[in-house]
Amino acid sequence: MIIKNGTVYDPLNGIKGERMDLFIEGGRMVEEAKGEVIDASGLIVFPGGVDLHSHIAGSKVNLGRLMRPEDHRRDPVPRTEVTRSGTGYTVPTTYVTGYRYAVLGYTTVMEAAMPPLTARHVHEELDDIPMVDKGAFTMMGNNHFVMKYLKEGNWEKLRNFVAWLLKATKGYAIKLVNPGGVENWKWGKNVEGLDDQVENYGVTPREIIRGLARVNEELGLPHPIHVHCNKLGTPGKFGIVVDTVETVVAERGRIHITHIQFNSYGGEDWATLSSAAPEVAKAINRSEGATCDLGQVIFGEATTMTGDGPWQHQLFRLTGNKWYNSDVEMEVGAGIVPYTFKPKSLVNAVQWTIGLEVALLVEDPWKVVLTTDHPNAGPFYRYPKVIEWLMSRKAREKTLSEVHRAASSRSTLPSLDREYSLYEIAVITRAAPARLLGLRRKGHLGVGADADVALYEFREDDIEGSFSRAKYVIKDGEIVVKDGRVVKEHWGKTFWVSPPGELPEDAREEFERYYTVSLENYPVEPEYLPRSEVIPCG
Amino acid sequence: MVLRRGVVCPFCGCLCDDLEVEVEDGRIVSTKNACPVSRSKFLSHAEDRARPMVGGREVSVEEAIEEAARILREADFPLIYGLSSTESDAQRMAVRLAELTGASLDNTSSTCHGPTVLAAQECGAVKCTLGEVKNRADLIVFWGCNPAEAHIRHPIRYSITPAGMYRQGKKERFVVHVDVRETRTSKMVNQFVKVQMGRDYELLSALRAAVRGYEVKEAAGVPGEVIKGLAERMKGCRFGIIFFGMGLTMSRGKNLNIDAALRLVRDLNEHTKFLIMPMRGHFNVSGANEVLTWLTGYPFALNFSRGYPVYNPGEFSAVDLLSREECDAALILASDPAAHFPAAAVRHLASIPTVVIDPKVSLTSKLARVVIPSAIAGIECEGTAYRMDGVPLRLKRIVDSPYLPDREILERIIERVGG
Repeated sequence: MIIKNGTVYDPLNGIKGERMDLFIEGGRMVEEAKGEVIDASGLIVFPGGVDLHSHIAGSKVNLGRLMRPEDHRRDPVPRTEVTRSGTGYTVPTTYVTGYRYAVLGYTTVMEAAMPPLTARHVHEELDDIPMVDKGAFTMMGNNHFVMKYLKEGNWEKLRNFVAWLLKATKGYAIKLVNPGGVENWKWGKNVEGLDDQVENYGVTPREIIRGLARVNEELGLPHPIHVHCNKLGTPGKFGIVVDTVETVVAERGRIHITHIQFNSYGGEDWATLSSAAPEVAKAINRSEGATCDLGQVIFGEATTMTGDGPWQHQLFRLTGNKWYNSDVEMEVGAGIVPYTFKPKSLVNAVQWTIGLEVALLVEDPWKVVLTTDHPNAGPFYRYPKVIEWLMSRKAREKTLSEVHRAASSRSTLPSLDREYSLYEIAVITRAAPARLLGLRRKGHLGVGADADVALYEFREDDIEGSFSRAKYVIKDGEIVVKDGRVVKEHWGKTFWVSPPGELPEDAREEFERYYTVSLENYPVEPEYLPRSEVIPCG
Repeated sequence: MVLRRGVVCPFCGCLCDDLEVEVEDGRIVSTKNACPVSRSKFLSHAEDRARPMVGGREVSVEEAIEEAARILREADFPLIYGLSSTESDAQRMAVRLAELTGASLDNTSSTCHGPTVLAAQECGAVKCTLGEVKNRADLIVFWGCNPAEAHIRHPIRYSITPAGMYRQGKKERFVVHVDVRETRTSKMVNQFVKVQMGRDYELLSALRAAVRGYEVKEAAGVPGEVIKGLAERMKGCRFGIIFFGMGLTMSRGKNLNIDAALRLVRDLNEHTKFLIMPMRGHFNVSGANEVLTWLTGYPFALNFSRGYPVYNPGEFSAVDLLSREECDAALILASDPAAHFPAAAVRHLASIPTVVIDPKVSLTSKLARVVIPSAIAGIECEGTAYRMDGVPLRLKRIVDSPYLPDREILERIIERVGG
């Protein structure tokens, strides 16, 4: 296949909008090829999009679907000759999730929160998501054995356990969600800061973060530790992000702070909420090894769902909306609360400024990834709106004029002139997340890359529309989307890692005593990943 | 002789996974750790097997599948029902078949914990996995359920007697049973509370009021001081849980009973840690809800005749569709509605072309036009099942079977209806 005459943006190969031809054969980018010709004159050509933080599969996502029939009813998706039916809106069904990502030009998506005990459920759903390659991050920040070995200071056992758990769950990365706080939530409590104690374990969030960051590098995992910080969603607590970043980079570790918007709150309470994006962006700017994704707020309906049980309880108490809580023995928790981001709400308007501010204030676009923490701050298929805000100061000013005035007075957003270029958009939606994930064949179009390509008809006066429906999407060398419609169902792979390390002997007995499943029935069997690829460590 | 360890039991929602099964010459000869119901399911798995039939005449499996496909192809408003006693791949195929034939699709939760789903859609639920209970719970309330007879190993493995991380056994837990009459479960508990038939909602509401500090008098036949005492105990525990069954979901008030229970638990989280869990019956009824939800957004009682899933319990639930004589064909998978449904519903089921896919002869298979025998999930074929708390486990194949797994039968029907 030949993609002829397109304007190519391929940041990993230093290509900044050059007219050129691309060649595809055997599902990969190659030097030269024959075959079908796609006329890309007048189109921009990006690598397939890479989403490194989204909630698309597993027990908590499915509870989000279950509890919201009202959310689905307004967004039915009929079946077509090539696609299956389903429903949206904020938490789409599995097939619809795959189709909507593809139409946006995204070809790789990571589920950001996999509870180990229900990992099979995550993989069953991933197996029902077509179109994209995928993977899932294994939650470890409140794991019994992690905290136990940290307390004992037994690094070897900790490293072995983490390696084993990644393999047992077929996970891709180490995820921490409110480390220590969720274990305390199992007694109805939380932690208030990085040096609070986790009940019965005698460790602190700081020790958990530092320990897992160290193990992450010792195992040579492709992705840094992926951290949902403590005290998320709390006014005045932005310092925890700064402190968390510094704790890890002080030891030359790598850390990815996820949905940073939700942790970048100044002020003292909700009435005095202000943006602390400048302080947080400064910490990212000065810290080598620190990166973030946005968790950008989109106005409208959302379904908040996190592994952060105590935070979701707080949100329930704030809103009075329906509330699901789901604690998992020995490991994790989760909560789900529907939420509406309203433009005229002081709090929501300030929240909206923060993600954009961070994106505009972090100087190096390679340290930023575009996300909405789908479906927490809004559904992923509204990413084009975020692109528009980042690329156009005018678009930001328009929204600023429509929302609560606090957005202008409690944030530096109105003063920021920066506008993202198409090249920078290609960085924060493709190249940077692929590099951060350590997926070497993703996020670029050089020879040997997977032939995942998105072509858009770009119009300056309708940036959102331009990115909402790709003109063509090519996945593994096949045209799967044409003119914004799925024309072919395609099945991607699941990526996972397999670092060396086995379950420590002394964990076996404790496992059998405290879990309610047998150890032999715990690891996810290969049958659950019919199409998978192990990404090498080290 | 082969001894299989770590076998997952495909009977009830407990999904005990510590069974040992002995196989000799391809036959199961004994089990260890299994409850009496489970043992009998394993030991008698080869008995009462269904034969492939069309119109009362024994045929080849191929012929039965062909006729099943013809019935579904020609139907205007078919119903696909059951799903709860099979594994999740078969459930996925059932959704596909329903989508292709524009069918109504329902699982057995519409006659057990459907009201639980409806209530959770109103207000959410505070849930956890069973290990949380084993490790932490110091107060356990069984409400409208009888684990001693229906979930036999639940008290030993998960709730009353196991030694967990912070609770060493029965002595460190206070156990309450609320029901309309004493059962064997009542003998295992510290306190039995007798609620008058059909008045659970009243008692739950009185408890909520007491938890909120209001004076309460007698409610549902329970004296005020008992209600107050229970409310104080609930507020004062470190980790409490309510397990509830069909005594609450299927008695007067139905989903409103559950709504009251869910809200009581929500209120209790202002004081302490408190959770709630339905006692799911069939071993994979939870899975039926999960699979339908990830593929359609809805857990049961839905319809595909518009080309997309529409949800409406009461309209698309099997009992209602059959009683109103709306569906003109039915496929029953891994369930025996003729044994459980009201007479009017069964009459209609008998009058329309019905296809049954089941390992065993059942009342429904006897009135069906087409019978397709299948392998028993968890004994004769592998698959996934979801425990009552949502924990998925891999079912094992213990012995070979001459029968096809449900998922393969459905795949073949799908091929023939044009999938």
